[in-house]
Amino acid sequence: MTGEREGPAARPRLAVLYNPKLRGIFYQLVLLAIMVWLGIEFALNAKTNLQAQKIATGFGFLDNTAGFGVNQSLIAYQESDTYGRVFFVGLLNTLVVSAFGIALATAIGFLVGVARLSNNWLIARLAGVYVEVIRNLPLLFQILFWYLAVLGALPAPRNAISVLDGVFLSNRGIAVPRPLFGEGSGLVLAAFAAGIVVTLMLRFWAQARQEKTGQQFPLGCAAAGLILGLPLLVMIAAGFPIGFELPQLRGFNFVGGVTMIPEFTALLIALSTYTAAFIAEIVRSGIQAVSRGQTEAAYSLGLKPGRTMSMVVIPQAMRVIIPPLTSQYLNLTKNSSLAVGIGYPDLFAVFAGTTLNQTGQAIEILAVTMAVYLVISLITSALMNWYNSRLQLVER
Amino acid sequence: MHTTKNETAVEIVAMNKWYGQFHVLRDINLKVGRGERIVICGPSGSGKSTLIRCINRLEEHQKGKIIVDGTELTNDLKKIDEIRSDVGMVFQHFNLFPHLTVLENCTLAPIWVRKMPKKDAEEVARKYLERVRIPEQAMKYPGQLSGGQQQRVAIARALCMEPKIMLFDEPTSALDPEMVKEVLDTMVTLALDGMTMLCVTHEMGFARQVANRVVFMDVGQIVEANEPKEFFAHPQHERTKLFLSQILH
Repeated sequence: MTGEREGPAARPRLAVLYNPKLRGIFYQLVLLAIMVWLGIEFALNAKTNLQAQKIATGFGFLDNTAGFGVNQSLIAYQESDTYGRVFFVGLLNTLVVSAFGIALATAIGFLVGVARLSNNWLIARLAGVYVEVIRNLPLLFQILFWYLAVLGALPAPRNAISVLDGVFLSNRGIAVPRPLFGEGSGLVLAAFAAGIVVTLMLRFWAQARQEKTGQQFPLGCAAAGLILGLPLLVMIAAGFPIGFELPQLRGFNFVGGVTMIPEFTALLIALSTYTAAFIAEIVRSGIQAVSRGQTEAAYSLGLKPGRTMSMVVIPQAMRVIIPPLTSQYLNLTKNSSLAVGIGYPDLFAVFAGTTLNQTGQAIEILAVTMAVYLVISLITSALMNWYNSRLQLVER
Repeated sequence: MHTTKNETAVEIVAMNKWYGQFHVLRDINLKVGRGERIVICGPSGSGKSTLIRCINRLEEHQKGKIIVDGTELTNDLKKIDEIRSDVGMVFQHFNLFPHLTVLENCTLAPIWVRKMPKKDAEEVARKYLERVRIPEQAMKYPGQLSGGQQQRVAIARALCMEPKIMLFDEPTSALDPEMVKEVLDTMVTLALDGMTMLCVTHEMGFARQVANRVVFMDVGQIVEANEPKEFFAHPQHERTKLFLSQILH
């Protein structure tokens, strides 16, 4: 280097050496080479090791019989089914707990977040305590708490806590009635659908009328009447075609109805309450990020606090809320893999857990599991980003 | 323009306000007649903004009486809503709703507070946008306008509620110097139309041109109030003289 600096003859070579663009390309090439080398090394290494341990490679194992039972399955499943089917059972279980979890966490989170800003001292304090307690305890602890200390402490089925003789809480889960669709129930469902359609049309009409005459229509009451009242009337007229199969205590457990297993319930409660604590903070900060002047301007025009919140503050707060909210949705989905701690048969427990143990095909199974979580997460964030882009403010 | 049920638009009697221990407004007495234009000035921290913010209850007073258009301001929420819908306010930082178009900014309150049909509300909005001379910006968002234009939209937005009284809280303080004039011109037009106005401002030219009275405040008190000619020519108090000597160069 020192030699190159001296003579003017070295100038052209120096120019090449100090050209930032060429340098950039050089470093990228070096990095790429290292990555390729690592990849090849990794693959070769794995191949040798697998051969030495006589472990099969490839995805052939998916057609083999699993031979183990699963305590919750949304699709028909028995022990003689394949690993491939186990994968779908686990995937659906992950999706169902995540979807319900996201919906519940959002509802609780918004409620607590708004409550924390309430002028009511007690409500604000309660919301504060909720957030500080829940978000500061490990999630696994909370899952175990709900599973062992709350649901596990429920009485045995024969002493189950009964709610209105239709819902039964016991240490075997929560049993709820299952609707039975008898003859003529199509009419009731049709009435329900008609109620929704008419409500939508009514909404259209009410908006048009509002724009024309300024009169506002009590849409909420009308919607309740149409969507709930109309099917009820039809139900009475048709002689109650939709019945309910109540859970019955038979021997040591309930039969009939639908039973939510305690693993599902515990995981769902823990995931949604835990994530809700974070969402509450996001909502609170989002609302507080909207300047006080916006509220004052709305008040000075005579808008009421509720309307100010829904038409001025929340629409602006959403821009701030959506990106971190997306992260929380992703966290919840990924955290659902802690199901393995209480034996809820999610993708991680039955596929990356039991299936992996039985087949030993770690690379394939972990790769598939990784891909699945990645795909779920990417779809979630793509949806949220699309929603967020619609909320952006127009400037300049 | 209005059917007057009385000739007094705003009456403030022995009004006091505290922020915790801090006594912001002391024994304020002020009577504003219908159609009167009042300019309130004074050093920063003297309580000018707080005073006019009490008139539409953005701030609560603790002692004394405020009577707006014959209705006394109490904790009665219904009365507060009524008074607010009859009293327009323009803020220093415009406070337009950035997620709504200019037109939607103007029609929001007429639709939801006055229960006006959307079409009529838009007609009214276009009328007032015309009056502040920016009808062509109706479909734009506030972020796409200049400061002066934004403040004129804010004035139009307040006017759409057809208020009986307008409050201005330093409407030109956040503007670039060359945009001050367009906003002041709008305010002068409004004043000449007979609007009852209370303006916190340091635009003494505006005060000379349209004010019926200039009110000077210091440390939460009204030090003196007089018609502009007298106020500028013969200020009574030392504090007023000092203030005027500092802002009129």
